[in-house]
Amino acid sequence: MTAPLDALEPAAQAAGSAEEPQARRGTLRYALSKAAGALFSIAMVIVGTFFLFRLLPGDPVRNLAQGRNMTPAQLDLERHRLGLDKPLIDQFFDFVGDTLRLDLGTSYEYKRPVLDLIGERLGPTLLLAGTGLVIAVSLGLWQGTHAGWRHGSRFDRFSTGASLVLWSVPTFWLGLLLMMVLGVGIGPIPGLFPFRGIESIDAPDGFAYVLDVASHMVLPTLTLVAVVYAQYLLVMRSSLLEEVSQDYVTVARAKGLRDDDVRKRHAVPNALLPTVTLVFMRIGFVVGGAVTVETIFTWPGLGQLFYEAVSVPDFTLMQGTFLLITVAVIVMNTLADVVYHMIDPRVRSA
Amino acid sequence: MTSVAMARRRLALSRFWADFRRQRAGVVGLVILIVAVVLALVAPLFIDESVTSVVTGTGPKWAAPSLDYPFGTDESGRSILLMVWWGSRTSLLIGFLAALLSIVIGMVVGITAGHFRGWIGASLMRVTDWFLVLPSLVTAMVLAAILGGSTFTIIMAIGVTTWPTTARLIRAQTLAVEARPYIERSKALGGGHWHITTRHVVPNVAPLLLASTTLEVASAIVTESTLAFLGVSSNKTSWGTMLRGSYDWGAPTQGAWWYILIPGLAILAVVMAFMLAGRALEAVLNPQLRRAS
Repeated sequence: MTAPLDALEPAAQAAGSAEEPQARRGTLRYALSKAAGALFSIAMVIVGTFFLFRLLPGDPVRNLAQGRNMTPAQLDLERHRLGLDKPLIDQFFDFVGDTLRLDLGTSYEYKRPVLDLIGERLGPTLLLAGTGLVIAVSLGLWQGTHAGWRHGSRFDRFSTGASLVLWSVPTFWLGLLLMMVLGVGIGPIPGLFPFRGIESIDAPDGFAYVLDVASHMVLPTLTLVAVVYAQYLLVMRSSLLEEVSQDYVTVARAKGLRDDDVRKRHAVPNALLPTVTLVFMRIGFVVGGAVTVETIFTWPGLGQLFYEAVSVPDFTLMQGTFLLITVAVIVMNTLADVVYHMIDPRVRSA
Repeated sequence: MTSVAMARRRLALSRFWADFRRQRAGVVGLVILIVAVVLALVAPLFIDESVTSVVTGTGPKWAAPSLDYPFGTDESGRSILLMVWWGSRTSLLIGFLAALLSIVIGMVVGITAGHFRGWIGASLMRVTDWFLVLPSLVTAMVLAAILGGSTFTIIMAIGVTTWPTTARLIRAQTLAVEARPYIERSKALGGGHWHITTRHVVPNVAPLLLASTTLEVASAIVTESTLAFLGVSSNKTSWGTMLRGSYDWGAPTQGAWWYILIPGLAILAVVMAFMLAGRALEAVLNPQLRRAS
């Protein structure tokens, strides 16, 4: 999948020097203002979601009724059940109140509260996306560091080329290919890994169950990592390239430090800060990848739930999952922002 | 426009072309792009929409690539080659128009936010940041699902979710341009907001816009195929809907590698071509980048 290319440029806010005594108070104030900003964004998401799902063309009830036999009376009943016969302003306050109480409504398809459905699906998604993220970050940062340090070398050219290809590959296509080659098996090669769901039908207990889930995770994780790690590599590489030409690196070399020490102790820590932040700033991208990967490999997570909601379409479920995903992304971004501010003195003065 | 200005522009353009030609990867990308666009444009001279119809698919089902069907056939005997060719029209059309929409919104918001620096600029940037945080694929899926699948809504959904990066880029560039002395001169001579933004800022950000449009088209094509694969499509044959079909009909388990490989390779080739051309453009237009990579 392709992400906006600005992700390649490390955060350019760094400038000036911090006034140390005031730094702590400044951080707190910064965190509070960021939190306020995040709350405002979340409020806007809730308001936006309300209008999106109600004012855009298409009557929700008629959409629900698509392809189903429903009499006008049934349609009216459905409207009443959803509160759609009330004035818009009342609907709005109902919606905001319900959302704040975490009442996301009842799924049309499952006939169950949306929140319960989300609760069930949260675990698998965290497992898949978490594992994928950890692997992608460590691999991307490691390879990006080495590519950037020996920039222009064969390793660098190979890494950059490979990540540009991976970056252009649609996530779902890569998933399909992996499924065909490693899941089903092609020609003489047998299928190596299961590619449907999170566990076998006759899943064993105990440690064997862990192994079973792990083998089901291989293909989805591989797909997610391949697509996500490419951009981490590129970000880390360009971030390190900016550090390599800095004076302090020259000084470190002039002191006679070994090349490895210059890299590990001087250049990498500085390059790491903007990169790690960007990793979390672009978490929305990982979410998009997770939706696609979960859909292909029928991984019973949030992404697949959202996909089901879109394809039915089940608007209550779609609205609930959309709200949750968006709010989670906003919270992660804000945390990344604040942590960055705390650990990097260069942005504190700005 | 005076002839002096014309001559200067022509000179700048030829210098730009000379620089671009030196970027080998960029030229390769450009050639692939031209071939792809020309093929898509001339497709109606040779084939028509019936190649995508299940009714007229008369070949054998799931046929492996052969002389008759160079890229094999799908579950109802349609030629993959012809479908990919015809599907390129939808994929490229949506890619171009969505990127254009995204760039136009981004440019207008970016220049406005950079030009009016008071509360207008600040609130515009807040809106931009808000859109930037939204997970774009998920938002586009919701938009497309609510608006219903048509080529127009897919374009809207992609355009509306991808403009913020352009807006940020253009705002930064606008700020840089407006800090230059000739803007002050223009103001002193009585140039209004409209004059300054359209006569001075736009020409200065235009090269940057060209580069980011190229990259934006690449990402729009991928997004379109992903949306189509996830079931919210324009109901016309595109590379994304073909891959959706291959998944729905179980091509991976059927071992029909051609059904998966060919449309995907088409996406990959075009997207890579846009990426290469876009990166080359960036490298030519941004000397700092040229030094770094």
